[in-house]
Amino acid sequence: MTLLAIDRLSLAIGGKLILRSVSLTVAPGEILGLVGESGSGKSMTLNAIMRLGPPGTRTEGAIRFEGADLLAGPERAMESVRGRKIGMVFQEPMTALNPVQTIGRQVAECFRLHLGFGAREALAEAAERLRRAGLPPEIVPLDRYPHQLSGGQRQRVVVAIAAALGPKLILADEPTTALDATARGGIIDLLAGLARREGAGLVFVTHDLASIAGIADRIAFMKDGEVVEEGSAPSIFRSLRHPYAQSLLAASALPPIAPDEAAGGTEPIVEAVDVSVVYGGGVRAVDGVSLTLMSGESLAIVGESGSGKSTLARSVLGLEPLAAGTVRIAGTDIHRASGGALRAARAAIQAVFQDPYGSLNPRHRIERIVAEPLHLLGRIASAERRARIARALADVGLPPDGARRYPHEFSGGQRQRIAIARALISEPKVIVLDEAVSALDVTTRAQIVALLRELSRRRGLAYLFITHDLDAARAVANRVVVMRRGRVVEEGRTAAVLAQPHDPYTKELIAAAPDLETVLAAREAEARTR
Amino acid sequence: MVRFLAGRALALVITLLAATLVVFLVLNVVPGDPAAYMMGLGGDPAALAELRRELGLDLPVWQRYFAWAGGLAMGDFGVSYTYRVPVGDLILERMRVTLPLTLMAMALSTALAIPLALFAAGRRGRAADAAVSGLAQVGLAIPNFWLAILLVFVFSTTLKLFSAGGFPGWEAGVWPALKALVLPAVALALPQAAVLTRVARGALIETMGEDYIRTARAKGLSERRALRDHALRNAMIPVLTILGLQFTFLLAGGIIIENVFYLPGLGRLVFQAIAQRDLVVVQGVVIVLVFAAVLVTLAVDAAYALADPRVGKGRR
Repeated sequence: MTLLAIDRLSLAIGGKLILRSVSLTVAPGEILGLVGESGSGKSMTLNAIMRLGPPGTRTEGAIRFEGADLLAGPERAMESVRGRKIGMVFQEPMTALNPVQTIGRQVAECFRLHLGFGAREALAEAAERLRRAGLPPEIVPLDRYPHQLSGGQRQRVVVAIAAALGPKLILADEPTTALDATARGGIIDLLAGLARREGAGLVFVTHDLASIAGIADRIAFMKDGEVVEEGSAPSIFRSLRHPYAQSLLAASALPPIAPDEAAGGTEPIVEAVDVSVVYGGGVRAVDGVSLTLMSGESLAIVGESGSGKSTLARSVLGLEPLAAGTVRIAGTDIHRASGGALRAARAAIQAVFQDPYGSLNPRHRIERIVAEPLHLLGRIASAERRARIARALADVGLPPDGARRYPHEFSGGQRQRIAIARALISEPKVIVLDEAVSALDVTTRAQIVALLRELSRRRGLAYLFITHDLDAARAVANRVVVMRRGRVVEEGRTAAVLAQPHDPYTKELIAAAPDLETVLAAREAEARTR
Repeated sequence: MVRFLAGRALALVITLLAATLVVFLVLNVVPGDPAAYMMGLGGDPAALAELRRELGLDLPVWQRYFAWAGGLAMGDFGVSYTYRVPVGDLILERMRVTLPLTLMAMALSTALAIPLALFAAGRRGRAADAAVSGLAQVGLAIPNFWLAILLVFVFSTTLKLFSAGGFPGWEAGVWPALKALVLPAVALALPQAAVLTRVARGALIETMGEDYIRTARAKGLSERRALRDHALRNAMIPVLTILGLQFTFLLAGGIIIENVFYLPGLGRLVFQAIAQRDLVVVQGVVIVLVFAAVLVTLAVDAAYALADPRVGKGRR
């Protein structure tokens, strides 16, 4: 029996065709993985099922849910399906909850709205639902506000809302993308449990094959608004035919860096000695960390959110006042230097951050954004300036005419290239990459990682590569530092540390983020024993 | 929350001290003799000397400031040069008209603006929304004295529902006093309501684009219910800001309306004091207005914290 049957669904927004004749089915208790890169139409498919597309959305075809076409009924009928029979989980737990309402009230609203429960009764049900989602009220009280919770906890609240009324179908739109590895596993288990134990159909949208390969019954690959390949998991991964599906598979496992690459020269570029950063309230975000980065070397710093790795990155850049310790960039103390020495140190260390949307001023042309660090080098003639901009753009693989354009004209991956071009223009010795590939989809991530490695080879650049993505760490850096609660718990050669971790926390981190091959092997072994 | 407000209150006390200093300096130390200014042209030198002594202008500047500021702290605003009564009493008497008038106007404008904004935001881009926006535009364009005259013409001259002006005083009873304030309050409120409607509509529409509104819709809430239950409170911050600004503005800015309706309010007091060069009164009223502005700011800060649990927690 099918629960949901999407039949030749086409969707256009303002005359632009987003989905082309998409057909998909989901049975009760079945988990369908919907995979594709950004803009492939997978999220829009979910919005179409909920009929929550942006204004100006036009659809063709049918979406049959329990036999009735969701596209045909009145809005009123749809309101009684949403939240009651179909629940939805979103990508961004930071913004998916109302910041001015308690979590208890937001879960309770489902019971008040659909079942007409009174406030107290609804709150009691909410407590039970939050407990089942892994947030027992003894530990996380109902009167907490979303900003008092971690990202993983907020996502559990969103799941509790989606699952509150025991819906027949759950739509999950990149539910783990914004979470770090340790929180990710918990959310995947929670969603899979809803399908396995409560018999709900689950559509799990993601660009990350590893996160879905362990639980999906079937996988559908989407590209440019079409389903290009579909089949049962895990066997489909061994027999992909469509080139696009094959390229996604290839991109999801980054090739590890060669053992002798980016090994580092003899000159220390970054020397951090006993660095401590203390926030208000006495929180030691970084607690006595020392590390040295040699010229041309790549060093990864890994850890979950709150481990202090980004704070360490900012203190190395001289952006975070130190409570103790020193940071020297090419011999200059970046926290105490001033004038010309400080400018030279700043020119030698540049940074690329996570969010390619937030870190480029939308009102400036690319040439102005990219040329920004040039003021560190003193007066530069405008011909020289133009030449440097052109060279930086060419280095990151952007066309020269891009200089006159604005950030919104570029995709997420291209914007990250612009951010890298900006970091390159002062000809630095080291670039701090703070989660620089974490917000990108797998295909773009693979391209940016390849670009970073090429730049390091060609220009002898050193990287301080901050990430929670162990796969990316393996691909970019030969040396790794594992951080937890502001301290270094383990360090060594990346391949060795990630293959034979000594610290229990490192082991935990690795177990939480298995790569696709590990996941598939485990499933196949399980299938054989059955 | 308590610590947040205590911090804000301390900042406001400092603001108040700075304000007394600025007001004092502007009126007393800047070149020109206040006494000569108050006497006007051709004053008698003996009378001028007498006035200078009365105003304490023969004392050193810093002594004058501390005498004045110390008096303020005790509630002594000095004696009016023209009326020959304590300025504090004058202001208090006028406040009994201005404060109720302002509060009525504020209540009326909020009661009009919020429902209109909700109505328009729920129908954005449609005819009803355009009609509300058009109405707000007209409300912004109409000068309030013209509106006041129109109201007098319709409701007192023609319909004879309200008197055309004057204030019977609270001694005449609460109802007659309130009744005398109705038309002026309406005249003050409508243009304010127009501003508030535009701000609230804009804030609501922006909030409707947030992710948590999509979560609410996915729960099964209709668009209008999501607007009311989830967007409204989130859209309150800009609305509260405007309300705070309007309150301070109305306290002294009701002068034109007070003139049209012959109301003995604060605005007219300042106007007359300026015309009569009674600097003691001007100075006193300015300080009272600064104090009111400071208090309103504190109230708005408290309201922010009530509207949004993230305010004042050091994390936004």
